[in-house]
Amino acid sequence: MVTKRELWQQAYEASKLRDVDHQTMSGVPLDAVYGPDDGEFPGQYPYTRGPYASMYRSKLWTMRMFAGFGTAEDTNWRFKEIIKSGGNGLSTAFDMPTLLGLDSDDPMSIGEVGRCGVAVDTLADMEDLYSGIDLGGITTSMTINSPAAPIFAMFVAQAEKAGVHRSKLGGTLQNDILKEYQAQKEFVFPPRQSMRLVRDTISFTAAEMPRWHSISISGYHIREAGSTAAEELAFTLANGFAYVELAMQAGLPVDSFAPRLSFFFNAHIDFFEEIAKYRAARRIWARWLKERYGATDERSMQLRFHTQTAGVSLTAQQPEINIVRTAIEALAGVLGGTQSLHTNSMDEALALPTEKSARIALRTQQVIAHETNVAHIADPLGGSYFVEALTDEMERQAEELFAYLDELGDGSMLEGAIKGIEENWFQGRIADSAYEQERLLNAGRRIVVGVNAFTEGNGEEQMELLEITNEDENRQRKRLEQVRHDRDQSAVDAALARVRADAADPEVNLMPALIDAVKVYATLGEMMKAMESEFGRHVEVPVI
Amino acid sequence: MADERILIAKVGLDGHDRGIKVVARILRDAGFEVIYTGLFQTPQTVAAAAVDEDVDAVGLSMLSGAHMTLAPLVVDELLARGSNVPVIVGGIVPDRDMDRLKAAGVAAVLTPGATSDQIVAEVRAVLDAASATA
Repeated sequence: MVTKRELWQQAYEASKLRDVDHQTMSGVPLDAVYGPDDGEFPGQYPYTRGPYASMYRSKLWTMRMFAGFGTAEDTNWRFKEIIKSGGNGLSTAFDMPTLLGLDSDDPMSIGEVGRCGVAVDTLADMEDLYSGIDLGGITTSMTINSPAAPIFAMFVAQAEKAGVHRSKLGGTLQNDILKEYQAQKEFVFPPRQSMRLVRDTISFTAAEMPRWHSISISGYHIREAGSTAAEELAFTLANGFAYVELAMQAGLPVDSFAPRLSFFFNAHIDFFEEIAKYRAARRIWARWLKERYGATDERSMQLRFHTQTAGVSLTAQQPEINIVRTAIEALAGVLGGTQSLHTNSMDEALALPTEKSARIALRTQQVIAHETNVAHIADPLGGSYFVEALTDEMERQAEELFAYLDELGDGSMLEGAIKGIEENWFQGRIADSAYEQERLLNAGRRIVVGVNAFTEGNGEEQMELLEITNEDENRQRKRLEQVRHDRDQSAVDAALARVRADAADPEVNLMPALIDAVKVYATLGEMMKAMESEFGRHVEVPVI
Repeated sequence: MADERILIAKVGLDGHDRGIKVVARILRDAGFEVIYTGLFQTPQTVAAAAVDEDVDAVGLSMLSGAHMTLAPLVVDELLARGSNVPVIVGGIVPDRDMDRLKAAGVAAVLTPGATSDQIVAEVRAVLDAASATA
């Protein structure tokens, strides 16, 4: 009888390992994992202890720093600084107009261009954004949802212009529209029409881009909007099940796309609860994919995730304390087995980060990775009575919420997720949880250092903040004007007519028409309006 | 006091609505009547709603950095409709912008970390000041 340990040992020995010494500072040798011979091991179903047998002994997490501000040129410069400082993954933050599919010269864009991220209007901006960066050698993530399809079309077109074929591109498109209606609120089209675009991107990447993650199913924003840890876990995985059902309905076998689904979780300040959340997420995903959706490829069952420390935990008061919060949160992500990590900068409760504060945030990850010795051991907290009990409790609470959605959708998690949005169920639960947190804070039952306790020193420190001026907005508008002037307008008109015609036929995949429109320099706003004329617009009925 | 009405609004493209929803409940629990516009409003739609609903104050929630552009436009649109109802801004506003917002006619600014009690007290103070000058 082969023990689980022996099976793990075989997988571990077959893995390529990094050349580092696995021992404590005092010279005690360290095993790659600890536990009884017939207990759970990493790399084994249901993957509670990690998706891979060797975890960080083979590859440290990717230090993926999220950046974007001003024009594409400004952000390109920041990207190059990140790579120079040892960051090994890029993550692009787009500005509000881009997130909503508006051009920089749209009247609604006034005051917002380049402020919360980088402005991208046309292929010309996308070319500037990644200029001089080897897209075949580094992975890129793009935080974009409602306009994910046209922005992705721009990305593919610029990479191919730079000589990298689409099949060689590795990276992630966030493309998680369900959480937009639930939490992040950057929606454009109605939910069902948006889901058609998600289907098109999943089908396109499954067929043509084997290294690309078509969706990053995101709990981050759900948590930032106020949910509990269990709600973040449950809503995110429920959305994941909805995308699985969507792709299966489109005729894709589950194992053809599920290995390319990835996740994105928050790392909040409640240290052990966060670690339990990640462990429960892996276990639930594995079981549902195998038992409910019939996956047989183990990669379909292995949940892999990106982590970002909690923006909402940062305080404007005594901002340097945020370095400490971020370090604790980042450590939770690492002990929870994250595949990539973004650490927030200390000044982000006040503004976009300066270069200096972003560097400190990256250095925080490097300290965890190289000084603390925590990365030698897979799931170092596995087997802790406390962490195992909390993992079980996270799973129990999540299953309760799945049962509600399954019933709401009459046996379909896809329908349950959409109905839950249309009936404001997710939004109401998140708002209730947010208000409860505020009530506890105001009553002094929850302490936040510098906010409702230990406030001596507040206001003493004046941070130097990044300032985005209207100058950037003007520069971007001029650039767009130039692109519109230089392009072949009749080619643009024809390409947009095809986008509209393809949008009208739900059987057609929109990606080819979008890529063709991008190549003749149709703007993001033009492509979105062409689709909107067929899809309509979503208006939220707000609940307070 | 029970009849005091406050319009709270999200202007522009900023979708962050956690704060405004929490503030809505805080004000409602404090006895105000609260009207929420929903997302993606323009300075014109907010000013028109404030006049139509005959509110006593307007609260704007802004977390995207566009406050210096959008908040003064709301004040201007209210004045253009003959209304001098006070405007309160809540959100991420750096210190350097505080005086600039006040100079542009904003009555008060509430920043991250303001407690429920502070929010209610500030709104109360703004309403009292407005009724004293009316």
